[in-house]
Amino acid sequence: MRTYIIKRVLALIPTLIFATLIVFFLIRMIPGHVIDLMLSQQDISADKVTRQKIEHELGLDAPVHIQYLRWVSGVVLRGDLGRSLWRQTEVWKDIKTRIPVTAELALMSLMISLLVAIPVGVYAAVRQDTMLDYIGRTVSILGIAVPYFWLGTLVMIYPALWWGWSPSVELIPFRENPLGNIKMFLVPAVILGLFMSAVTMRMTRAMMLEVLRHDYIRTAWAKGAPEKIVIIRHALKNALIPVVTLVGIQVPTLVGGTIVIEQIFSLPGIGLLMYDAVLQRDYSVISGLMLFIGLIVLLINLLVDLSYGWIDPKVRYK
Amino acid sequence: MSEKLLEIRDLHTYFWTENGWVKAVNGVSFDLWKGETLGIVGESGCGKSVTALSILRLIPNPPGRILKGEIIFEGRDLLQLSDEEMLRVRGNRISMVFQEPMTSLNPVLTVGRQVGEPLELHRGASIKGALRVAIELLKKTRIPAAENRATDYPHQFSGGMRQRAMIAMGLGCEPGLIIADEPTTALDVTVQAQLLDLMKSLTRDLSASLMIITHNLGVVARYADRVNVMYAGKIVETGTAHDIYEDTRHPYTLGLMASVPKIDQDVKAKLVPIEGQPPDLAHLPEGCSFYPRCTFAVEKCSKEVPPLETVGGIHQKACWIDVRK
Repeated sequence: MRTYIIKRVLALIPTLIFATLIVFFLIRMIPGHVIDLMLSQQDISADKVTRQKIEHELGLDAPVHIQYLRWVSGVVLRGDLGRSLWRQTEVWKDIKTRIPVTAELALMSLMISLLVAIPVGVYAAVRQDTMLDYIGRTVSILGIAVPYFWLGTLVMIYPALWWGWSPSVELIPFRENPLGNIKMFLVPAVILGLFMSAVTMRMTRAMMLEVLRHDYIRTAWAKGAPEKIVIIRHALKNALIPVVTLVGIQVPTLVGGTIVIEQIFSLPGIGLLMYDAVLQRDYSVISGLMLFIGLIVLLINLLVDLSYGWIDPKVRYK
Repeated sequence: MSEKLLEIRDLHTYFWTENGWVKAVNGVSFDLWKGETLGIVGESGCGKSVTALSILRLIPNPPGRILKGEIIFEGRDLLQLSDEEMLRVRGNRISMVFQEPMTSLNPVLTVGRQVGEPLELHRGASIKGALRVAIELLKKTRIPAAENRATDYPHQFSGGMRQRAMIAMGLGCEPGLIIADEPTTALDVTVQAQLLDLMKSLTRDLSASLMIITHNLGVVARYADRVNVMYAGKIVETGTAHDIYEDTRHPYTLGLMASVPKIDQDVKAKLVPIEGQPPDLAHLPEGCSFYPRCTFAVEKCSKEVPPLETVGGIHQKACWIDVRK
């Protein structure tokens, strides 16, 4: 088990190198250089000398591969993700202060997604072809078809127009006002959670339908187990194995979702940091964020893989 | 003779399909006595398993439905019980051993948990208490090192061991009736005999009745006190094992016997199969269901359904012809 984990963690390194390489080079291909943006904002007439000076100060005059190697050596040797080109703040500190917001949003969305998807999926399978099954399936199709950013925008606009209500723009810290904090995150988390629950619900339903046809379910009935036990003890655990995989696959969707949702609801999380950094072409912030997000996604997928061993006894890591 | 344990009267279990009602069990009546071993034989699709599942009311509905009949077990008609009352019968008074040991055990629960589960459900045992009994049951079914194996998962068991575990599962609540649906079909021949001997002796210890459903005439001959031969959802011949083997009265039973290889037969001798296919259960022929395949058939067979008639003792047959002639 331990050697398995070590092997898997080591295998993350090439993936991360590859991911950061792509981002590092791609972001520099987007039209609109960071220096141009800076100069245009400060309204300085861009003479060549000023430009070269700033470029040199920021270390952007070196060839791209040299920049990359400098950045990588900083990460590896000093654990330093670099500094923001605009604010000169440490990228890692920027990320660290924003982790709680995104983590809360992501966890709440994931929880809502699972709390909706699994019971509805199970119910739809057990009462296949009843009214509630159809309703569940229709709603989940809607969940897949309706973009969450559109729904999020509607939620921002219409309640404000109709009732003069709008979500808080100021972050309410959990420690000061737990209820207010949860209230603030609830709407964005529900929107993102429902969007993700659609696929999970359909997968849960399909897997339950398949599992319920297995011989061991008949064995459970023949033992005199009531429906609740047949479904929860005998069917659900078997049906959840692929659902766990799906949740692992959904993590990047979740990350992408938080970026959009944080922007709509102006939640100062990692997503918003990413959004601003891309707009400003803050190369070092983007690279640092990508490394961080990539690492999180890969680690969560590792956790998902490890959890198979707990759910499925046939999987044992040697 | 001892007390009657189970009495099935005029059981009709149909399945709804696009082609109409499939008459899987079409008017079956028989009794089962305490401590007796009853064999039900017939080819695939003759309604043996559906009869067994009907007793436990495990027919998937839809598409299946028990249209009419009575299943009187320990004095109560199971078909009249509420769902809750039925839960207390299943696994408690009647247990079932299924034919596929590979797929009939839940892959994510330990064998011990599954074997002990009926005690959790019906005797209010704790998980630990049930596991202790499960280990005893596994020992009874001669699983070596039962203490250690109880915490294993089904995939760590061989086919024979899984079937032993299935049998152990059926014994926990000391049921009055154990139904074994093709209990040895998926197993090695060497293991088959061991398991059947084991089942027979364990049911005898509990003075329970055993219903063995099989297509294997050899199994029936060796283990059953009494035999029902089924064809197209009906019992066509019933009697003691001796009656059926030594004094066969139904052409279908004769056909079944002829298609079984015998150890003393000339190596060059060919097996005689029963020609044709079993009838479409949604569109049964008028008259006797077997007449299109029957070598003895006369005109009457295609018009009138033969009733079960006593030919001596408890030996009955449903045929217009006297095959001895």
